[in-house]
Amino acid sequence: MTSGISILPSQQLAALNDAYRKAVARRRLRFALGAALFVAALAIASIGAEMNLRTLFAHFGNFISYFDRILKLDDGSRVWINAGEWLWGWRKWLRLLGETLLISYVGTLTGAVLAFVLNFFAAENTSPGPWWSFVVRRLLEFARTVPSIVFALIFVIAFGLGPMAGVLAIAIHSTGALGKLFSEVVENANMKPVEGVRATGANWISCMRFAVVPQVIAGYASYALLRFEINVREASVMGFVGAGGIGQELIEAIRKFYYSDVSAILVTIIVTVFIIDIGTGWLRGLLFGREART
Amino acid sequence: MNQVPTPDLAGLRARYPQIFERPFSARLAVPAMVSVALAVFVFGLVDLQFSPTRFVSGLRQLSWITFMMLPPDPGSSLPLYLKALGETLSIALLGTTLAAVFALPVSLLAARNIVPDIFRFPVRRFLDSIRGVDTLIWALVWINVVGLGPFAGVLAIAVSDFGAFGKLFSEAIEAADNKQVDAVRAAGGNALHEIRFGLMPQVLPVIAGQVPYFFESNTRSATIIGIVGAGGIGLQLAEQIRVLEWQKVSFLILMILIAVAAIDRISGKLRFAIIGRRAVI
Repeated sequence: MTSGISILPSQQLAALNDAYRKAVARRRLRFALGAALFVAALAIASIGAEMNLRTLFAHFGNFISYFDRILKLDDGSRVWINAGEWLWGWRKWLRLLGETLLISYVGTLTGAVLAFVLNFFAAENTSPGPWWSFVVRRLLEFARTVPSIVFALIFVIAFGLGPMAGVLAIAIHSTGALGKLFSEVVENANMKPVEGVRATGANWISCMRFAVVPQVIAGYASYALLRFEINVREASVMGFVGAGGIGQELIEAIRKFYYSDVSAILVTIIVTVFIIDIGTGWLRGLLFGREART
Repeated sequence: MNQVPTPDLAGLRARYPQIFERPFSARLAVPAMVSVALAVFVFGLVDLQFSPTRFVSGLRQLSWITFMMLPPDPGSSLPLYLKALGETLSIALLGTTLAAVFALPVSLLAARNIVPDIFRFPVRRFLDSIRGVDTLIWALVWINVVGLGPFAGVLAIAVSDFGAFGKLFSEAIEAADNKQVDAVRAAGGNALHEIRFGLMPQVLPVIAGQVPYFFESNTRSATIIGIVGAGGIGLQLAEQIRVLEWQKVSFLILMILIAVAAIDRISGKLRFAIIGRRAVI
């Protein structure tokens, strides 16, 4: 078989090989340096976090047996053998789950409305003035960086125990998160319709209403639905700090070692989250066609 | 002056009836949806015991709290807080690393182009259920297993991120080009060679781009898992809120904001360094 590959003269080849070896060596050195830095950071971190592999190995059996224990009823039989006994509190849990869903719904809707009002001030192309955009942006940044459970902790003291604190905490966090996403949608909008509306002598509000909103409303709804999904998860732990929902029941069951209750509540939460995920995905597909479903 | 031709309205109406006469149901759809949404909202307000008096008195209380927060002041516990912040960052770094290390092999089992659907489906559902449980709940579970402290926090973040990474990595693997795998097979490689030399060079840069991003979001999560007792700055924050030391609270919140902003910067730089400026979406 004849070969079609031409081989370069040895001098040229040696030079090329040399350059190749140098390039590879440089890459390897950079990689080794990066890896060494990373390992050093890990070592420092594991001292900081009191991480200790011996405890992990000693206790890993506990982790497995914890799941074994939460899947067992008091009389020692598996939970799925006696589902009625396992889900004994289903009326109360369903009511609390409903409350959790309501908390996230009311919180998301309030947050979405506030974000809708604020985002036109934050977006670069529609803001009435640079000062407006600076102030509103910092506000949104603050609302989204402070975790919602910290807001909940403070609101529980200000508004009293109960779901109201949870709703307000979720509303504020959603305002921050959605406000940023909404203003990014507005910044990608086409500005020609705004010029058209302005040419008719309309004021700023009319410009927003008739030129910008029709372009961006679909994106807004899609992001708000996604936020609702996330908020259902967040609302499920609001009860940990006394801000309503199923979390209160769950933290009690975990702290007091009511093993089978822990698994029952966890399963109801996971199923609810699944249903909400599938439901909002279906709704997004229905509203905006298949491409918006990602 | 040019005459503007008047449109043939009757003809247009006859040709496009659906534009001129929208059916009643279509015109009703939007108001119906809005009113249903509003009705659920109002029902929620009533069911969750919202009342204007409670709201106003709460706001008054809140403005008093805000007033008490100024100026932020750590008192004499600044070294303690700095140590707690370091602990938080350590928890985030270790948790993210552990999650990434364990998620990589599992994500292979969840990728469509590697394993058949029968095996893939249970792995996917498993990852989904892990993700359905919030980090705080995992922290509580791990506290029961390894005791109070930052170690429980590391494991909580590792487990909940394991679910997220498993999904993201398997999507990256599914998006990889199969031709390189074919080439390795044509050269006589076995299944492991195909993964190592055909898939990994395509997948690793994507993964390396996502991990710093998660490190940033985990810093946020790590600030709050202390609230249930899993170490880090959240423990201090929850304690100071409970004893109403508002100046310390505002100082701690300020520390968290600055730390998150700094990590945000660093992880952004790291992502650019790893995957190049253009590849960032």
